[in-house]
Amino acid sequence: MQFIQQLINGVHVGSIYALIALGYTMVYGIVKLINFAHGEIMMLGAYVGFFAIGLWGLPFPLALLVAMVFSALLGVVIERIAYKPLRNAPRISALITAIGMSLLLQNIALVLFGPDPQKMPAVISKEAIHLGGVQISYLTIVTLVLAVGFMILLELFIKRTKTGKAMRAVSQDKAASTLMGIDVNRIISVTFAIGSALGALGGVLYAVAYPQIEPYMGIMPGLKAFVAAVLGGIGSIPGAMLGGFILGIMESLTKGYISSQWSDAVVFGVLILVLLIKPSGLLGKNTREKV
Amino acid sequence: MKKTALVLVLSIVLLAFSGCGGAAEESTTIKIGTIAPTTGQVAVYGQAVDQAVRLAVKNMNAAGGLLEKEIELIGYDNKGDITESVNAFNRLVDNDGIDVFIGAVISSTTLTIAPLAVESGIPMISATATNLEITPVGDNIFRACFIDPYQGVVMAQFAAEELKAKRVGILFNTADDYSTGLADSFKAEFEAAGGTITNFEGYTGGSDKDFKSILTKVKAEAPDVLFLPDYYNTVSLLAEQAKELGIEATLIGGDGWDGVLGVTDEAVEGAYYASHFAKDDPAENVQKFIAEFEAETGETPNSFSALGYDAAMIMMEAVQTAGSTDSAAVVEALKGTDYEGITGHIQFDADGNPVKSISIILVKDGVDTLYGKFDAK
Repeated sequence: MQFIQQLINGVHVGSIYALIALGYTMVYGIVKLINFAHGEIMMLGAYVGFFAIGLWGLPFPLALLVAMVFSALLGVVIERIAYKPLRNAPRISALITAIGMSLLLQNIALVLFGPDPQKMPAVISKEAIHLGGVQISYLTIVTLVLAVGFMILLELFIKRTKTGKAMRAVSQDKAASTLMGIDVNRIISVTFAIGSALGALGGVLYAVAYPQIEPYMGIMPGLKAFVAAVLGGIGSIPGAMLGGFILGIMESLTKGYISSQWSDAVVFGVLILVLLIKPSGLLGKNTREKV
Repeated sequence: MKKTALVLVLSIVLLAFSGCGGAAEESTTIKIGTIAPTTGQVAVYGQAVDQAVRLAVKNMNAAGGLLEKEIELIGYDNKGDITESVNAFNRLVDNDGIDVFIGAVISSTTLTIAPLAVESGIPMISATATNLEITPVGDNIFRACFIDPYQGVVMAQFAAEELKAKRVGILFNTADDYSTGLADSFKAEFEAAGGTITNFEGYTGGSDKDFKSILTKVKAEAPDVLFLPDYYNTVSLLAEQAKELGIEATLIGGDGWDGVLGVTDEAVEGAYYASHFAKDDPAENVQKFIAEFEAETGETPNSFSALGYDAAMIMMEAVQTAGSTDSAAVVEALKGTDYEGITGHIQFDADGNPVKSISIILVKDGVDTLYGKFDAK
């Protein structure tokens, strides 16, 4: 019984990791950039969600929408200002820019909102449903439904729509896509918008589950989501989802059965092992660099 | 007969002269030095203590000062920094010529000042430094706050005797001395009393926000009481997730909980925690202090202010009792302290740590209420 409970705990936090991991993996798939500012986009999304609920008194679904739209725009703006001019520069320059952007956003949040944690109002009931000794809170259910729902939507969008098809084309070959009449700049913007919106969704759900919003809240979940994306195979969308869930469950079981202090060590240890055995990640394609 | 009369007359004359002579030599004020971090990272604590010390001195001066002299308070800001503390203390002793010292506020800076105070022989009392190593540094060093192990012991006895708990779970922050200290002393005391510790789980505070996995382990053991010795931000996360998992154990905690109602509500309803003082304590001196503090600063006093006030009062009473500012006499008077303070009735043990009651706060209908005062047995 305790094992099932630990699985549920893991799936809850794992679904949030998966949502954030999607942003990393989509951006990487398109522009081959690890967007280290993604954790901060998630943090700012959580702040916007907090203001929408706590200050403007919006209902939860509307607040979620506001946060996602805000983050989508923020993601697009960041890409235009900071990454686009470096698109043809060495990849390391863009990476350093991303780290700089991450610190910049953290410090802006620190100046604007102060270092004290803000308390997210309890918008979703944490009352538990009892199922034969196992507790599932409404919050866990809502989180799971939203996370899986948006993942299915994303999958449909990429497989069934013209823009989705264009995204896949750009990720394969940018030059050839341009020749086929695809507006690569627009596709990159769309990718950043979707990834950032999903990050904001993850951020708001994270803030509801652990109701303390502060400027550094994006660091750990961002890092873990990045690990999830690499674990699943960076660039692979199903891989990011799988990686997120695996990471969450692994963390929960380590805390539950070994020790809370070991959880990060075990999680990152497994990452190293997976990458030693399968360097491209669990679902990553084994591509050779063409010279 | 004649002889006796002569002796009497002589002694009266001598007394009169010695009185005059003494007054002419000593300075006209009593100088109290204080160091607090009124700016910087820990300014919140420093300001709370500093304001209260100033209030205590102001009250004492209004009541006629000490030994019929005015009290002069000389305060410096150390920004919570060790080097600044050393400089400030040296300045207080060498340039300002202080008689007694009140400070510092946080443990690290207080620990740095303590050996200097021993060297110069200045009687010293800290309001809030909890580190164990501080008072054993010297005979002339005291503190007004209870120390961490004492708190753990009282909470263990409270759980066993008042809450009739047989089984207690403990979750603590392995990255924090305060949290592990309370957890260890609680565990030792509760087990000595014949109770069972069902869970003794460490977590990494700060970065970790998901405690549901370890709380699931706690739930499986179904303890009567769950002891959470951490600061209020983490406590609120723990309490809310415990509630989410349907844990029904009574939650208890230490003085780090002070302020928990600012960040959570229902999750800590019915919880108990140790505190230095209670704002709703009906005692006359407590209410008088709260009213005066609010009038003076416009803010509600917290535990830090209450301890600051008590530290200053204890030191000033000791000077009064000693009848002089002679260090040895003041230290002797401090050792014999028997003072009814805002934070309880205070006496000192051989190490200069206070022996006093702990106020247990019960969170009832979303408000901190005084449940009772308890002493270690």
